[in-house]
Amino acid sequence: MKILVFVKRVPDTESKIRISNETGKIIEEGLNFVLNPYDEHAVEEAIRLREAKGGTVTVVSIGTEEAMIILKKCLAMGADKAVLVKDEAPESYDGLRTAKIIARAVEKKFPDHTLLLFGKQSVGADNSQVPSMVAELLGLPQVNVVTKLEMEGNQGVAHREIEGALEKVEFSLPAVISAQKGLNEPRYETLKGIMMAKKKEIPVISFEELELKAEEVASGLEITKMESPPQKQTGKIIEEEPAEAAKKMVEFLHKEAKVI
Amino acid sequence: MILVFIEVREGKIKKFSLEALSEAKRRAEDLKTEVAAVLIGHNVENLASEVFPFGASKVYVLENSLLRNYSAAGYAHALHSLAEEIKPVAILFSASSLGKDFAPRLAAKLGVSVASDCTKTACRDGKLEVSRPIFAGKIFITLTLRSSPQIVTLRPNVFPLMEPGAKEGEMVKKEVVIPEDQVKAQVVEILKEEGAEIDVTEAEIVVSGGRGMKGPENFDLLRELTSLLPQSAVGSSRSAVDAGWIGHQHQVGQTGKTVSPDLYMAIGISGAIQHLAGMSSSKYIVAVNKDREASIFKVADFGIVGDLFQVIPYLKEEVKKVLSE
Ligand SMILES: Cc1cc2nc3c(=O)[nH]c(=O)nc-3n(C[C@H](O)[C@H](O)[C@H](O)COP(=O)(O)OP(=O)(O)OC[C@H]3O[C@@H](n4cnc5c(N)ncnc54)[C@H](O)[C@@H]3O)c2cc1C
Ligand SMILES: Nc1ncnc2c1ncn2[C@@H]1O[C@H](COP(=O)(O)O)[C@@H](O)[C@H]1O
Repeated sequence: MKILVFVKRVPDTESKIRISNETGKIIEEGLNFVLNPYDEHAVEEAIRLREAKGGTVTVVSIGTEEAMIILKKCLAMGADKAVLVKDEAPESYDGLRTAKIIARAVEKKFPDHTLLLFGKQSVGADNSQVPSMVAELLGLPQVNVVTKLEMEGNQGVAHREIEGALEKVEFSLPAVISAQKGLNEPRYETLKGIMMAKKKEIPVISFEELELKAEEVASGLEITKMESPPQKQTGKIIEEEPAEAAKKMVEFLHKEAKVI
Repeated sequence: MILVFIEVREGKIKKFSLEALSEAKRRAEDLKTEVAAVLIGHNVENLASEVFPFGASKVYVLENSLLRNYSAAGYAHALHSLAEEIKPVAILFSASSLGKDFAPRLAAKLGVSVASDCTKTACRDGKLEVSRPIFAGKIFITLTLRSSPQIVTLRPNVFPLMEPGAKEGEMVKKEVVIPEDQVKAQVVEILKEEGAEIDVTEAEIVVSGGRGMKGPENFDLLRELTSLLPQSAVGSSRSAVDAGWIGHQHQVGQTGKTVSPDLYMAIGISGAIQHLAGMSSSKYIVAVNKDREASIFKVADFGIVGDLFQVIPYLKEEVKKVLSE
């Protein structure tokens, strides 16, 4: 089975995100970037499938040269190949734009790859759009937010998380799957893996090579404002005898907030 | 026209779809246009009457036995034909698990972009303008979608339901033809999670416990509270999940679920940034923590500094008192 995994470089979840007064954009300086946590689960799943059934794992990222670090990490985890599709544009928050680039890359460079793995969401954009869009653009079935995946030849069964339940979904390859936390426990890179990854060459693909025209990679969103959330007024914090404190809290909920 | 997709599960309309419909009605008044709703599935026609009171003057019904179970490809096929025919200016979905799966697929079929999980809508130059959290709520962006129809998903529990209005409207049934080969992924079974009566994302009150709960058995204290409160569910921090005290489907936060109930109660939770990411859009937040400096108090509307094991029993008694009034 030839597997593709799509991975994105994102700020880690602990980052304090600030907006520049001058540009109105996010200040990237001082942010710590990592492999998107959900994508890490996707990479892990791909490697496990290859270990069990054979085949190859290729990881692909759309982004700037800085994404090389996360591609190296994937190689160190055990991916066979990594490819960067170079995109110098600033984050647009437009899932369709990314999906079009990915769909074209699959058609032009990896037409024989049958399992396309994604994370369920990229931290930061928090879109949860790209996998479904790629599936539509390529005419493939999709199963998103997957916590269990079993493959038997070209047939697969996946558990997809929904509100208060799991959907058991049957599908056949080629297909798009997106990973939810809980699918597996990602492995740590080994020293040997890191050394091997260092030696591997990571090819860079340009938009020209993919014959992507400027209008195809234009953002479909017009961002008019970026702002920090309004500071919440500090509420009432009390330190009193438990009985008294509990009484006051419930009174607040009943009389003021009117939620009980 | 603004079109709103109405989600049906186990023969019932989801409340958050009616929230989306109510919001569509408010915007349609600004844009001086109409709101229509669309029901997709098998034997869903009878549900139309429940949709009219929430602002839809028209309900489209797309039925086909192949649509009995949800499939993104099948649903997108059906709604795509309708959208091409009636050309709505916008299509609204709820950002439920189904909405998040379906809306982007439809959008890609129509060749348009999507704004996900929006928490505010407005009008600007005859179009919708929406705001949404990015970086798990650390930043809000306001944007317009350049192409038509504008496809937007709305975060559940954020938009108020309108006062129910007219009970009647026009129902339009559409013939849908779904090529069998369109549906290549099939839901074969729904596996219920044990004990999950209401999911945290759907509850009006969420009572969450963290590491301060000390052990799995103490989550019963929170279950006792939720058993008193209607439409409530037990949530948790990641630490409690990682410790194996409660299932991960209860986890609230950046790598758990995003909730915005009317009331969020954080019990023995410090309020780490990844936890706040999942609950800071709740309407009211209260906290019980023995550490006065805990970050959770920065976002709480009301907080008690104290030992939760002493406070919870009294809270339960007070809640009982108020409910019996
Ligand atoms: C990539 C990543 C993703 C993450 N995703 C999430 C996520 O989705 N959700 C999430 O919650 N966390 C997440 N975390 C973890 C997060 O950083 C915190 O570690 C976690 O939220 C802490 O949980 P807690 O508040 O229960 O525990 P602690 O931080 O240990 O806090 C326990 C609190 O209980 C109080 N306490 C103790 N005993 C009592 C008592 N008897 N009475 C009253 N109060 C008491 C203490 O004062 C303390 O404030 C993530 C972390 C990372 C790195
Ligand atoms: N720039 C990118 N490069 C590679 N994969 C991406 C990129 N952006 C998004 N993805 C993939 O799409 C998934 C969902 O992202 P999103 O729709 O942005 O929430 C991510 O978890 C990745 O697997």
